[in-house]
Amino acid sequence: MAGAAAHLAPHSGSATRFEANVATRDKPWVKYALLGIGLSYFALFLLLPLIAVFVEGLRKGWDAYLAALIEPDTLSAIKLTLIAAAISVPLNLVFGIAAAWAIAKFDFPGKHFLITFIDLPFSVSPVVAGLIYVLMFGAQGWFGHWLAAHDIRIIFAVPGIVLATIFVTFPFVARELIPLMQSQGRDEEEAAVTLGASGWQMFWRVTLPNVKWALLYGVILCNARAMGEFGAVSVVSGHIRGETNTMPLHVEILYNEYQFAAAFAVASLLALLALVTLAIKTYIEWRAGLTQSEEKSS
Amino acid sequence: MAYARAKRVLPGFGLSLGFTLAYLSLIVLIPLSAVFIKSASLGWEGFINAASAPRVVASYKLSFGASLLAAAINVVFGLILAWSLVRYTFPGKKLVDALIDLPFALPTAVAGISLTALYAKNGWVGQYLEPFGIKVAFTPLGILIALIFIGLPFIVRTVQPILEDLDAEFEEAAASLGASRFQTFRRVVFPSLVPALLTGFALAFARAVGEYGSVIFIAGNIPLVSEITPLMIITKLEQYDYEGATAVASVMLIVSFLLLLVINGLQAWTARRTGREA
Repeated sequence: MAGAAAHLAPHSGSATRFEANVATRDKPWVKYALLGIGLSYFALFLLLPLIAVFVEGLRKGWDAYLAALIEPDTLSAIKLTLIAAAISVPLNLVFGIAAAWAIAKFDFPGKHFLITFIDLPFSVSPVVAGLIYVLMFGAQGWFGHWLAAHDIRIIFAVPGIVLATIFVTFPFVARELIPLMQSQGRDEEEAAVTLGASGWQMFWRVTLPNVKWALLYGVILCNARAMGEFGAVSVVSGHIRGETNTMPLHVEILYNEYQFAAAFAVASLLALLALVTLAIKTYIEWRAGLTQSEEKSS
Repeated sequence: MAYARAKRVLPGFGLSLGFTLAYLSLIVLIPLSAVFIKSASLGWEGFINAASAPRVVASYKLSFGASLLAAAINVVFGLILAWSLVRYTFPGKKLVDALIDLPFALPTAVAGISLTALYAKNGWVGQYLEPFGIKVAFTPLGILIALIFIGLPFIVRTVQPILEDLDAEFEEAAASLGASRFQTFRRVVFPSLVPALLTGFALAFARAVGEYGSVIFIAGNIPLVSEITPLMIITKLEQYDYEGATAVASVMLIVSFLLLLVINGLQAWTARRTGREA
């Protein structure tokens, strides 16, 4: 599957099995040289940009930092970001469950094509993702005249932002659920139904508990992307302050107005969101690893 | 019995597949087809003119060149990082492992302004490069830095699980037959990592070609010098040149589809070579 490489795959972890084995142990100088190179690269390209966000945000002190966050345009950007995520994440969650159910539990022709199509939004540039909705609903688009005649605004308004967000986060839940549910097979559900469970009972008592960690994993990543999307949303937003600005777009506006400390203050909120996302993600990987080893030992 | 098998036991097939197809068509397939239908309305000549204007061609060269270079650099250092995470114990390893995915979780605009601040001529990193006459921010070099940032996790996360699953027996056999560690790595370990490295490379490249948010702040966006292809689409849209924007977008879409095919092929190869789902 193409696209994001993040995938719920709990790994066995301990490197001691390699370091204890003479055949797989590297000489100390090799180890420290490679660690030095790898960790320097990590620090330069990943750690430093992360730290810089917070340092630049706090450059003018806590008061200026807080002032930038409670400024009305910032608050409305935060609100719009939350709205966009609150609509797109549940929709893609329902889609992910439906797609995984159909693909994993039934056989039908064209399944591979369907899986590839579901992954498609990950391979499309965010800018193109925004453009396609302009071509559909913009003033010159397919439905442009009809929408204008009925006084409905989609592009340069909130619905366009929501649509673009749905597009870029489309595969997240589905791609976590499909491989897992395929590997689980359909025996447990078939047993439940044969024993007289209704469709809903089977779903809530059998299917959902079996996939809860993968589901949560997909939702967390979906939410992070939904709140952080920039390119696609930028094309359809129109950048109207206080109306169609999401947090990432507000960061851009502040930055382009040379209000660097304020831009980094808002950016630091998004960086915090990223850190929380990674923390939950790591927790889920750990929990899923536990569940897996329990199953192995039982 | 055959009849009972054919009659599906589980409920919800029609509903779930119907909803999946409807939602997929409305959100993804129909809007994407708009790009090609709009391009077709340009006519062949109009399409070629829009898609091969000098500024656009310069942006292809930059986008593809910088993306290839960034992915290649990440293959080398991503392999070293993946190796370190799988083979060595060191303090802070859990934290490093978790933070590798930062580029997936950090909004691209945040990465963009942060990298720009770091590599500007008075920035934390930029001030040390300035005396050597190396300018990073607002040059193609800055674009490379942003694309390295965005691509790193793709390499690490595709190689890491393969390295984890690698059986120590092969290295033990090599060692007992008198091979040095380096020979063992080159002849035994590395060949089994090649499919994963190529997959990671292709994933990082595909992501980099379409990347927008982290690049535009640090790029400087000088025509013919540091304009990436996604920016050309935005520029044309801002000039109400919908035809031009669509032509460039369809070139990008075709490249994306081709890359998707290559990546699917590579992942099937990895799965066959290692006997696990990629």
